[in-house]
Amino acid sequence: MKDLVKKLVESYGPAGDEGPVRQMIEEEIKELADEVRVDALGNLIARKKGNGKGKKVMLAAHMDEIGIIVTSIDDKGFLRFAPVGGWSPPTLLGKRVIFANGTSGVIHTEHLDDIKELKVTKLFIDIGASDKATASENVGIGDMAVFYGPLFDMGERWVAKAMDDRIGCVVLIETLRQLGACDHDVYFVFTVQEEVGLRGARTAAYGVDPEIGIACDVTRVGDTPKSHIMEVSLGGGAAIKVKDSSLICHPALRKHLVEIAKENKIPYQLEVLERGGTDAAAMQLSRAGIIAGVISVPCRYIHSPSEMVDAGDVKACVDLLVQSLKGSMVLQ
Amino acid sequence: MQVKELLKNLSESAGVAGFEHGLHSSLRAAWEPLVHEMSTDVLGNFVAKRRGVGEEPRPSVMLAAHMDEVGMMVTKIDERGYIRFTQVGGIDPRILPGMEVTVHGRRQLAGIIGTKPPHLLSAGEEDKAPKMEELFIDVGLAQERLVDVVEIGDVITFQRDVTELANDFLAGKSFDDRAGVAVIHSCLQWLEKLCITADVYAVATVQEEIGLKGATVSTYGLEPDIGIAIDVCHGDGPGQPEDLVSELGKGPVITMGPNIAPRVYELLEQAAKDAGIEVQVDVAPAQTGTDAWAMQISRHGVPTGLVSVPLRYMHTSVETLHLDDVEKAGKLLAFFIAAVNRGFVEGLVWS
Amino acid sequence: MVLKMLSEAPGVAGHEQAVRAIIRAEIEGLVDVIESDTIGNMIAIKNPDAPGPKIMFAAHMDEVGMIITGFERSGFLRFRKAGGIDDRVLLSKTVRVGKEQLPGVIGSKPIHLQEPRERQHPVRMRDMYIDIGAKNKEDAQKRVKLGDVVVFDTQYSEFGDGFVKGKAMDDRVGCAVLISLLKEQTSLPIYACFTVQEEIGLRGSAIAAHRVHPDMGVALEGTVSNELAEVEPEFHVTNLGAGPALTVMDAATIPNRKMLKELIRLAEHSELPYQFRRTTGGGTDAGRMSLAHTGVPTVGVSVPCRYIHAPVSVACQDDFKNTVKLLSLFLKSIEGGFRP
Repeated sequence: MKDLVKKLVESYGPAGDEGPVRQMIEEEIKELADEVRVDALGNLIARKKGNGKGKKVMLAAHMDEIGIIVTSIDDKGFLRFAPVGGWSPPTLLGKRVIFANGTSGVIHTEHLDDIKELKVTKLFIDIGASDKATASENVGIGDMAVFYGPLFDMGERWVAKAMDDRIGCVVLIETLRQLGACDHDVYFVFTVQEEVGLRGARTAAYGVDPEIGIACDVTRVGDTPKSHIMEVSLGGGAAIKVKDSSLICHPALRKHLVEIAKENKIPYQLEVLERGGTDAAAMQLSRAGIIAGVISVPCRYIHSPSEMVDAGDVKACVDLLVQSLKGSMVLQ
Repeated sequence: MQVKELLKNLSESAGVAGFEHGLHSSLRAAWEPLVHEMSTDVLGNFVAKRRGVGEEPRPSVMLAAHMDEVGMMVTKIDERGYIRFTQVGGIDPRILPGMEVTVHGRRQLAGIIGTKPPHLLSAGEEDKAPKMEELFIDVGLAQERLVDVVEIGDVITFQRDVTELANDFLAGKSFDDRAGVAVIHSCLQWLEKLCITADVYAVATVQEEIGLKGATVSTYGLEPDIGIAIDVCHGDGPGQPEDLVSELGKGPVITMGPNIAPRVYELLEQAAKDAGIEVQVDVAPAQTGTDAWAMQISRHGVPTGLVSVPLRYMHTSVETLHLDDVEKAGKLLAFFIAAVNRGFVEGLVWS
Repeated sequence: MVLKMLSEAPGVAGHEQAVRAIIRAEIEGLVDVIESDTIGNMIAIKNPDAPGPKIMFAAHMDEVGMIITGFERSGFLRFRKAGGIDDRVLLSKTVRVGKEQLPGVIGSKPIHLQEPRERQHPVRMRDMYIDIGAKNKEDAQKRVKLGDVVVFDTQYSEFGDGFVKGKAMDDRVGCAVLISLLKEQTSLPIYACFTVQEEIGLRGSAIAAHRVHPDMGVALEGTVSNELAEVEPEFHVTNLGAGPALTVMDAATIPNRKMLKELIRLAEHSELPYQFRRTTGGGTDAGRMSLAHTGVPTVGVSVPCRYIHAPVSVACQDDFKNTVKLLSLFLKSIEGGFRP
């Protein structure tokens, strides 16, 4: 599993330009699923057919990651840019980024008298070009870049860019691998443009039209020094979401997941996330409404180049998803 | 059931956004004699259908009032047994110090949002607005015993019974928008006395306070010809901008603006005349912040109206309204529905 | 000149009738069917039964403006904004109120009577009022109704060297582009949607896109330019005269990359000027189109305008012409087999 994590987190796929990471995931799953297709927005939809006795279930993990988009190139070859997805300017200062074509760059700032003046309009990317013409040979306006950096393997804990939400993609792929025969018609959807407004999940859910939707995404933790108040901790097991700022998970589905975790002795923790949203919110509001919930991978330092997850938590998420799908999914 | 009795009953029940199922039984009991079918959907919207007379296809009118209330949710139980919490929907933390609450754990627990005594305040502290993350709930249980009853994600409501003020003014929690549900109740009672061609969907919607979610999915599912949201609007009070508030006891408010189909507005105006009811008018330049905003752009578009009950102190535990406004809004809606026929629905161009 | 008529017509969100009537008169005869819906969108269809991908164009008819919310005892009118307007552009402007287009002026406390401290801060909309010369509240209520809408009173005219000025270029210029495009010969099924209520949340296009369910979408806009005094070139966003502006990303959409590349290829091949819209702020009808049903490949093409959402905006005539040319090339390319 670690190799797969490494491969996916190190690949390129900012919101709206997920081609490279989509191809990689498609390679992984095409032998495992009964049908695989890509929709108009670029969602990758893999179906594992049920036996007609179960429910239609959609699982969603987003392939896209946060990044930047080039908005102008000045005469000296410096690039100005805008964010793709949500991040704070201080996170970017001094970081390395890489474009789809392999062009690399570093982010720095205009001179500031006070670090509080740091805004995105003060930042620029230096790709080592001597002038506009040289820069334009490698990068154009509208091109996107993502954080650069290999996976840090710390044993039980892994650090990389784009754990949000490639680790969710890994959970789905592993689930597909381990599931075997099951009653339910399960759609494994690797969504696009989550970071810019849960867009891919919305059109995918409209097309799949499931009865139950479960998103697998990362969540914040409250176990770092003087952190905000939150009961989720790294290594504490799969987080079963109650609420975030985008949705309240269906209480019956949440309770069902808790029961499955208890029965199978899978470590779990309940999650109330005060800031952040997931694909489940888009699924919930599809058509006349669907039952939606979230299984989260606890993650430190989200939306930075160094997002940290725990291998045990990842395994717990896979176990929880597999065991849930093996059961009846009749919700009380 | 009397409108006031239902309103009191609903107001004193718990139904935080996302957790409204506890209200279903009251609604079922109240509406059973007034409608033909009742059901709930996957998000928990409560949908009652009253069939019109005459041949199909009959025009359909959806009435939507949200039954969810703003509330709080447990985020942490600390070593000393204090409960930390976050909001569900918009709550001003400044109303919370000293508030009595109910924590809905495995069983209901009475709680108090604790405060520092004024004697111990440091200089300048009383000039600071409290933040929600600094507040805590005391339920008088030690952590070991508390964790058996309460877990992360349990919801918390204001503890507040309805207070009857002078001159038929009522105060209580969650009148936003249980008052709207009471309006629908009053309307259903009036419909019994009138000849109605249209099918009526009376919907108590969910999760309005966190993004108009119940109305979004129920409108999609029901595909009505006309949608009317019933909600509360800001009542008058000292120091408020006059053009943004309405007077209590002066009748229901009908809204105009881009969220409202002009023909629906005109028919509401006409219905008020037919019913002999004085109405007040509110102008919404853009979004109304009500279920009407979601209903309007469902599928191919739903011509939408908005009827409101003026309410003081919105999103607090002492929301105040005048019972007359609730009852008159119900009558207004009934006369509106009585005037809806196939021809009206087919002529629903914008203007 | 259709752009002059469009620019001078009032059309605040929810009150687009006058604009719709002008457009209808222009396009009757150019299209096979004109449909309308319950929110006021007008959908003009060319070749509804033709095979081939269904293409939806969206240009919004509404503009930012104001709406009357109350009457002072003395006859002054209270108002609120409908759509995004900077309070600072409102003072000392003439406006037109209601269906009758009554003239009015926006006033506030004269500077002589303000405390020095007050002069340091912008005057807020809530401290302004519209004066129509009414004697008192009753007189005002005879002339103006609650909910009447208010637009800037701005004459359209040619301006400087190849520019035009007028109000509501966002998005009457897009409407004008779409009208011109309907004059082109094409065998494709074209759904020209003149939408409503864009400025208050992309409302009309949500419904139109659901109804049309197109295979491709193109949003036509009069978009922001930031080429102002004291702004450095890298923050200009768009430049007037530099050709149609192609959206690379905004707050509501990321365009389909194949369609974007095809537009670039066509412009370069025909030596038409083009530029990118070099910001990610703002949202257009493209956002709604791209998320309709199971998703629709969509792009945004705009005519750059200086000073949008203000009483007077400025656009360049060449940009307008080149936008029409680029889009007509795009249609030919689709006829020739281009697919996203």
